[in-house]
Amino acid sequence: MRNILNPSPRITKVPLHKRFLMYWVNHFQQAVGSLGELWRTPMASLMTMAVLGISLALPASFHLLLKNAERVTASWDNAAEVSLFLQPGLSDKTTQNFIQRISLYNEVDAVTYISKEQAVAEFREMSGFGNALDYLDTNPLPAVVQVTPKPQYASPAGAKLLLAKLQQEKEVEQGKLDIEWLERLHSIINLAVDSVVAIAFLLLASVLLIVGNTIRLNILNRRTEIEVMKLVGATDSFIHRPFLYTGLWYGLIGGMIAWVLTSSLVLWMESAVIKVAGLYQSDFRLLGLSFSEFLFMIGLASLLGLISSFVTVKRHIHLIEP
Amino acid sequence: MIKFEQVSKVYSGSHQALQKVDFHLKQGEMAFLTGHSGAGKSTLLKLISLLERPSDGKIFLNGNDISRVSRRHVPYLRRHIGIIFQDHRLLMDKTVFENVALPLVIEGYGRNEIERRVMAALDKVGLSDKAFCIPVHLSGGEQQRVGIARAVVNKPPLLLADEPTGNLDPKLSTEILKLFEAFNSVGVSVLIATHDLGLIAKMRYRTLTLKNGKMSSDGLLGEGHA
Repeated sequence: MRNILNPSPRITKVPLHKRFLMYWVNHFQQAVGSLGELWRTPMASLMTMAVLGISLALPASFHLLLKNAERVTASWDNAAEVSLFLQPGLSDKTTQNFIQRISLYNEVDAVTYISKEQAVAEFREMSGFGNALDYLDTNPLPAVVQVTPKPQYASPAGAKLLLAKLQQEKEVEQGKLDIEWLERLHSIINLAVDSVVAIAFLLLASVLLIVGNTIRLNILNRRTEIEVMKLVGATDSFIHRPFLYTGLWYGLIGGMIAWVLTSSLVLWMESAVIKVAGLYQSDFRLLGLSFSEFLFMIGLASLLGLISSFVTVKRHIHLIEP
Repeated sequence: MIKFEQVSKVYSGSHQALQKVDFHLKQGEMAFLTGHSGAGKSTLLKLISLLERPSDGKIFLNGNDISRVSRRHVPYLRRHIGIIFQDHRLLMDKTVFENVALPLVIEGYGRNEIERRVMAALDKVGLSDKAFCIPVHLSGGEQQRVGIARAVVNKPPLLLADEPTGNLDPKLSTEILKLFEAFNSVGVSVLIATHDLGLIAKMRYRTLTLKNGKMSSDGLLGEGHA
């Protein structure tokens, strides 16, 4: 179809390798050209990019907040410790065997044995009711084995499973797991994650809409130019390209603004966080965005810009006919 | 070059713009298309450049039926047709050079080739000294010549002109037509739609006359039906 008019010999067509080269030269020119187009109205472009930057910075900051919160609570998770009260009257050997056996469990990280005598000593020391024990004939306290699960089994559900398994052992009279507060903490964190994900989706949708609308206005402004290009034989993809690049630039620069905003936020909060951590005798430091997170954010922002402009351009340029 | 077979065009609202039009413009031929306003001149040109599709009948360009060409292929087809408009359709914020270069940029020519061809086209229409002006600073005749340079810059085998002299005085009109004659003399087929009968009479070319959407005469004006 290309040579439908079977051109006369006067027409020297562009050879393939040159056409290929010029395709990329054109791409480059259109990419730079659309950046120049944005530069021509710096205030308007910058405002749009700033809006995009803020829309992206919010989910990024929430993500940082969660990341740091999870780091803090990760150390608390180890508090998921299972206490096993042993049957009375077990021989030392049986007890040792039992400890040996459960410490070989896949789920178990460490096992501590507290004998009846140690338990009494600890009770005397810690409770302040030590004298009460003197009125008793026998030691009422059972021997206790404290089991620390491996990190991957330290979640409330995992620890519960482990508890159930340990309770099957005949040496165990009763097992106990104080996880109610842990369950609450986890459900609060899950709630926070869910709401952050929902908010992030809303904000990313707003990025799509902002870019789409800006590109749409751009297309309407250049209606005559598009008509003329179609008249002289421009393909749709040739006309699309500058707008796609504009969308990409919006996303890319918006993403960079978002990164600057989030990093500034981290810097600003850091001294306050160090102060609080110092009061709790912790050397906790606020984590910023890692390099891969930075790349992800820029990539996602560019992708959103591109997708949005692609959809807009497909819809609107099709409608413009000379 | 162009062949119409029983071509009809009905616009929405059942306005019949063309009715069973037949004609054949040979390769290298130059002809005028005339008729009162609303007779269907513009519609006929739009059908050739695929700005409109026929409701019925067949249109051939160099022996190929273009009535069924898919939308995707339309741009490639248009690259073989130079179109000139009464209102020039220039980009007013771009220089004369950029306007004329547009078809070449679209087709993927290199920088040097573009420069060479644009300057040659501007030289032909006598505007080589205005290459870096903005079209708004040019006179009507000059703007029309920029439009012509853009239409011929990629050397299409067919030129279509819709009222190219509509806004020009007789002297300028003659100049513009001389340009078309020059392109025709090197083998380009030319079809010019105009209602300027005085101009047609001076030039003595084949004239197609449309009346209420029908081809009413075909031949030299004044000689009756051919």
